[in-house]
Amino acid sequence: MEIIMSILAGVLFTTGIYNLLQKQMLRIIIGTALISHGAHLFILTMGELKTGAPPILEENIKNYTDPLPQALILTSIVISFGVTSLLLVLAYRASKENGTDNMEKLRGNEND
Amino acid sequence: MSNLAVLPIVIPLIAGVLAILFHKKLKIVRVYSQVLTLINTGVVTYILFYVHQNGSVVLQAGDWMAPFGIVLVADMLSMTLVLTTNIVALACIFYAPKSLSIKQEEFYFYTFYFLLITGVSGAFITGDLFNLFVFFEVLLMASYGLIVLGGEKVQLRESMKYVLINLFSSMLFVTTIAFLYSVVGTVNMAQIAERVGEAEQTGILTTIGILFFFVFGTKAALFPLYYWLPKPYIAPNPVISALFGALLTKVGIYSLLRVFSLIFVYERDVTHELFIWIAALTLIFGSIGALSTNNIKLVVAYNIIPAVGFMLLGIGVYNSTGFSGTVYYLVHDMIIKAALFLLVGAITYLVGTSDLRKMRGLIHHYPLLGWMFFISAFVLAGIPPFSGFIGKLVLLQGAIEADRIVIAIIGLGSSLLILLSVLRIFIRGFWGEKDESIIPDRKAARGFILPVAFLLFFSVLLGVGAEWFYPSIESIGDYLMNPENYIESILKE
Repeated sequence: MEIIMSILAGVLFTTGIYNLLQKQMLRIIIGTALISHGAHLFILTMGELKTGAPPILEENIKNYTDPLPQALILTSIVISFGVTSLLLVLAYRASKENGTDNMEKLRGNEND
Repeated sequence: MSNLAVLPIVIPLIAGVLAILFHKKLKIVRVYSQVLTLINTGVVTYILFYVHQNGSVVLQAGDWMAPFGIVLVADMLSMTLVLTTNIVALACIFYAPKSLSIKQEEFYFYTFYFLLITGVSGAFITGDLFNLFVFFEVLLMASYGLIVLGGEKVQLRESMKYVLINLFSSMLFVTTIAFLYSVVGTVNMAQIAERVGEAEQTGILTTIGILFFFVFGTKAALFPLYYWLPKPYIAPNPVISALFGALLTKVGIYSLLRVFSLIFVYERDVTHELFIWIAALTLIFGSIGALSTNNIKLVVAYNIIPAVGFMLLGIGVYNSTGFSGTVYYLVHDMIIKAALFLLVGAITYLVGTSDLRKMRGLIHHYPLLGWMFFISAFVLAGIPPFSGFIGKLVLLQGAIEADRIVIAIIGLGSSLLILLSVLRIFIRGFWGEKDESIIPDRKAARGFILPVAFLLFFSVLLGVGAEWFYPSIESIGDYLMNPENYIESILKE
């Protein structure tokens, strides 16, 4: 199971990085979203995918899944959610102000 | 008494949240922020004193014992850096009302400022790797807010790149933590260090170490990863540039220092050898970059890069002299970079341009400003009575002790280029005929001078009074060479 998940995370990273290298702003943001999905999936996988009950304390259950990676992912999700929403607003303002959403045209020179 | 460790994080956090409530009442919010920064500096000074007397303060958050809860560690290293952060913050908060426009101040500048301080202090104090990531995000989110504050065309353009590169490196950070968690099964730094020591750092752990180097190297702007730094740093208001230049890259360097003196210390032929070469390239390319431009703000922004190279050099040589050199240089560089950004911001404000070709003879109008720039150029380059000299001396001593003559020579050579790059501003901007078209604004100049003089005072004090500070910094170097002390202080019993 871990191998399949690792491959999936790898595919997410690859498509994410491919999208990061595009010119259009929105594609880049989609790329960052894919990368954060890959990273979160990766944390889950790295905590080992043993079968077990969800980490809620109940009687008669011996095996639980690892609760720590889940807490880490939850933290990381809200952080990347915050950053992504900021990035979307920023892209909206930047493209409106500069009149283009093409990153190649946003180089700018030294003295402005 | 162990609650002391959390105060440098909690005070600015609460201050920042409360500042939201009266963000439009400028007179109140200014005084409020200045007073709270002063209080925070006082508290941090007391904690540093306390740690100096009684050894490091370890706070187990919520009384969960070490590897299971989050630990906050206030040792000499982190408290020294937090105090330096607060000194820089103090200068910036008194400079801010003069430099920011009213609109920028009203739009939650003070909240973002306090949150930035929270993030930086938190990153210095935390003893937990994931918590370090969270504090990185706290300071980065605050910096995203600060970098677009005002919303000019340039800012929007450059902040886009800044946010993207930092988001990418944060995701890499999370992935690396996941890797490390799968190998050692913990995110507490002391326990990671213990377990890596037991496993004798196999191949996979070295790989994770290099990944950490890439993550922190992006934050700290090291050689192949510095391309994002110069332009976004000059886009916002000078006071914000000063906060960024003084604090953000240094958190990256501090993390490198912690991780590679505590955790990944067993395969030094691979990791620390790499650092020395990267440091050499960072020194060369950074100082060439500083010479490549006529924009005075950009010259200072490029000068961040060779300074980071110097600090990495101290980590790479891996001896107690090298480490104390890095710590000394870290403190010196935070102060002088803030001073230089504030000075250059003042010049840009008073002349109305940051293009070196369009200014001459400023010394006739602003003599004090000119001589202060002259002194800070000397501090930066490392001329004897000032702090830059001691830092570089100790670092190069460390390099020579480790038989790294080539890197020491590169360090000396790049110091020359750094001196040339800043003195070029002094010679071409301040010397020459009096420019009659400028009407000097002495009142504004006076407001700018005070915070810079405050920072320069510390630079000179750090150099002239090196005998008072150096013993404690030397003991930090020894402390970093012996990570057992750190591990024991956290994992008692």
